[in-house]
Amino acid sequence: MAGQSDPHLSIFSPSEVEFVAEDEIVEIVPNIRMDALNMICGDFGPFFPQIPTKVPLWLAVALKKRSKCTIRTPDWMTVDRLTQVLEAERESPREFQPLPFHYIEISKLLFDHARDDISDAYLVRSLIEDIRDVRFHKVETGLETISGRTHAVKLKNLSAMEVNIVRPFMVRTLQAFYKHDSPQMIQQADNTGSRATPVTDRGPRRDLRRR
Amino acid sequence: MSSWDDDDSAAAAATDVELLKRAWRNEKAAPEILRFDSPLVSRVREQIQLLEETLDDFADSGVDDLVVSLYQMDLDRTLFLLRSYLRLRLQKIEKYTMHISRSDDLLSRLSQQERRFAKSCAEIMEKHLEQSVLSKLPYGYDSVTRQSLSSTEDDMVPEPQLDTFVFCKTKSDVGAFQLDDIGEEVVDLVADDLYVLRYKSIKGLVEGGRIDLI
Repeated sequence: MAGQSDPHLSIFSPSEVEFVAEDEIVEIVPNIRMDALNMICGDFGPFFPQIPTKVPLWLAVALKKRSKCTIRTPDWMTVDRLTQVLEAERESPREFQPLPFHYIEISKLLFDHARDDISDAYLVRSLIEDIRDVRFHKVETGLETISGRTHAVKLKNLSAMEVNIVRPFMVRTLQAFYKHDSPQMIQQADNTGSRATPVTDRGPRRDLRRR
Repeated sequence: MSSWDDDDSAAAAATDVELLKRAWRNEKAAPEILRFDSPLVSRVREQIQLLEETLDDFADSGVDDLVVSLYQMDLDRTLFLLRSYLRLRLQKIEKYTMHISRSDDLLSRLSQQERRFAKSCAEIMEKHLEQSVLSKLPYGYDSVTRQSLSSTEDDMVPEPQLDTFVFCKTKSDVGAFQLDDIGEEVVDLVADDLYVLRYKSIKGLVEGGRIDLI
């Protein structure tokens, strides 16, 4: 039920993240004729057989389930593009490659409902899984660098689902550090991923005493 | 790529559903209750009602099942967003009912119905606490809002933790932004980059609609 999905207010359930992702636009090729749809969330169509049209993902999946269309695989979901992304991810240990914000949810929905529309689906799927692993490993490594000096974390190019997974832990960690280690002088620290920003030295470093 | 690219001007290009989605996300991620977007909610309610009536007409006039089910999905999605938004706010009001009731600023963020809810919630809570526990405590310890007579302020009132960290993205470059009072923490906020910051520092930006919580 709406609003009953979590005991802690600020946590999004995976279904809710997927819900948001379902509004992303994809291209379909309908095999039927249908009038334009004037919906609350926007106007789509009219639909003609064999004419590509842009619709939200939820609509595309609904039509695909009823065999009324095929879904055109997004440009970023090809073997070539994904291989490039995977290599780039592996080569840059502190940066995340630009990917669609909802790439995990979009690819999952397409695999579940439109696998036959994806060329080399098996390969694409395994590439995406590898990309997810490499990226998440980077997130974990980045988490280790959080310290009392962290007052902001920059996570350029992190995706929605990845944010959601790491959110509870990261928030609690940052909170705990902030509460227990707020020295008079805090240095600016850019942690997970991004271009090298010069760190100005504002005072003596204060490390947490190691046990 | 992402829908961030689509809005060039803040509200003009965004549909009401997108605005509602943004309000919903902000409300979910923010530790305190945010301003109730009254015009947006009324517009959405109108559109929902219109669509419900249209669907009734469709049922009578025998429109294709497929079209009906697609419109129904659109309706369900919008209803979910609206309901979740309202329920989230009610949860926050329930949780911080005393805190909200004694702050004019916070009360002004509620809709009229929410204010009534907050008021009766506070009354019921107070009555319940008094009847079940407080009346049986010795004098000096029986206040709903203070631990004892020696408390200098209302320390029994739960307050939202504004210091908590939130994930956020800015729609346009904000540039160097000061996070704390002493000017020691400055962050360069670039459009579309994801940051994890203390909510208290960016409260103003969220209210002004320049930052979105994720």
